[in-house]
Amino acid sequence: MSRPDISIMWQLYWSVRRELWENRSILVAPAAVGVLIIIGSAISAFRLPGRMNALDPSQHHEVIEQPYEFAALLLMFITLVIAFYYCLEAFQSERRDRSILFWKSLPVSDHTTVVAKACVPLLILPLVTFAATVVTHVFMLLFGSAWRVVPVLPMWTGLFFHLVAGHGLWYAPFYGWLLLVSAWARRAPLLWATLPLLALGLVERIAFNTSHFAFLLLSRFAGAPAEARVANPMSMTTAAPMQFLNSPGFWLGLAFYVACLAAAAHLRRERGPVS
Amino acid sequence: MAYIEARGLRKAFGRKVVLDGVNLRVNEGRIVGLIGPNGAGKTTALNAILGLTPYEGELKVLGREPWAARDRLMREVCFMADVAVLPRWIHVSQVLDYVEGVHPRFDRAKAEAFLARTTIGHDSTVRTLSKGMVTQLHLAIVMSIDVRLLVLDEPTLGLDLLFRKQFYDSLIGDYFDGSRTILLTTHQVEEVQHMLTDVMFIDRGRIIFDSSMAEVEARYREVAVHPEQLAAARALGPVYEREGIGRSILLFDGVDRQRLVGLGEVRTPSLADLFVAVVGGRARLEAGAVG
Repeated sequence: MSRPDISIMWQLYWSVRRELWENRSILVAPAAVGVLIIIGSAISAFRLPGRMNALDPSQHHEVIEQPYEFAALLLMFITLVIAFYYCLEAFQSERRDRSILFWKSLPVSDHTTVVAKACVPLLILPLVTFAATVVTHVFMLLFGSAWRVVPVLPMWTGLFFHLVAGHGLWYAPFYGWLLLVSAWARRAPLLWATLPLLALGLVERIAFNTSHFAFLLLSRFAGAPAEARVANPMSMTTAAPMQFLNSPGFWLGLAFYVACLAAAAHLRRERGPVS
Repeated sequence: MAYIEARGLRKAFGRKVVLDGVNLRVNEGRIVGLIGPNGAGKTTALNAILGLTPYEGELKVLGREPWAARDRLMREVCFMADVAVLPRWIHVSQVLDYVEGVHPRFDRAKAEAFLARTTIGHDSTVRTLSKGMVTQLHLAIVMSIDVRLLVLDEPTLGLDLLFRKQFYDSLIGDYFDGSRTILLTTHQVEEVQHMLTDVMFIDRGRIIFDSSMAEVEARYREVAVHPEQLAAARALGPVYEREGIGRSILLFDGVDRQRLVGLGEVRTPSLADLFVAVVGGRARLEAGAVG
């Protein structure tokens, strides 16, 4: 019995699910952090009225809004760490446990596999972060009965944009580089991912007495440009999606990302188990 | 129809030549054993056939060039490389879901039926299964994929006797249907000898012997010769001689059975002995050529 051909999108869907099965921390860690924040805010909700009375009414907004911001930042930090770790491991574990021989015995191309892995830091993790943050916020709102005080919709729109643009797209070159190193290195991907960059910066410093490369890396790492940021997490005020999409930095980063993925696919085709 | 056809297949890692001009042809409906010592190039040859490694020379598998189209080829070819390549973290139900999701020729009901005969539970992870059970699981998946060519590289290495026997029994009983082709390598040659239709010996990157089993049985005879008849037996030109218990065991190529029965007990040689004889014969030839 054979079914008609399976489309690449369907294979991609199953390959992404496969990634989530293997790397359960992608879903479990944000959920766990969310639960901790919810427990914390439930406890603090009992103490809030007392604290409010001691404050000047002009500070009320700040006190109420701060925990929401803190919850979002904590979740962002956790998922960013997971994203970097995931990228470094993406092409290592299948070679270490020899399962690459099983995956390659199935009619899934190396390109499909690479794209599935590349989707995780670029799309899946920002969306998971968003979902986890929103659910956490909803519980916090319930405990604090703060529906009227906190500007829910602009906060979540701003968050969504910041996650997709700032955490997904803007960091894409880092993800691409880590995925490439993961596919290339036989072992110790963390060293291979960091030492060459340090060496490059050092050589530039010695040869030309400049630090353009280090500056480039740091400015990229420091975060998305103002257009992809929301100065106040409670609103979209400074975010400018169109400007961000028109900036050369964004497109250059994306081009570098795609080049890294192509190289990773090329490498995975030749790679077998590490023995 | 030729399922696999290789001409002048060559592969080197740096200066080390692993495949040194392999020529082979595997037809439809055969069970072919590729036999050779460690480092002879077996796995590299299989990897080339499966599109896992680039090569020089001509190679067509089911009409495709494997290196150029591994993912297309895997719709019609299946392989089990080694035991235990299933990832340890995966659940039994997940691996079935995944293969069903990506493979157009996977019949899940069939796989479930095979698994029902084992003690493997659906919600166990591979990590908790014994080596034999992991092989059963992998075999259940492989046998439920309707492909034309199945490649097995040491599929029973490290399994105990019972699992090994079960493995080959289900392969022949439930899977092989006369139109499929199976290509396999193994160190336990004796266990597969009876099921092979063809045999190839590979040594130092070359195919040094390629024959159907019917031809092997027709051509080669092994005789356990009584000491007093040794001189007469040697006169018939054995290709190989070894010491048995109290007898010399002589291997003859193309000598009529009637001329041998008087010398001792006549039987078909095991592939392992034939391999030693063929490799040994070649070594003598090469030494002679040099000297």
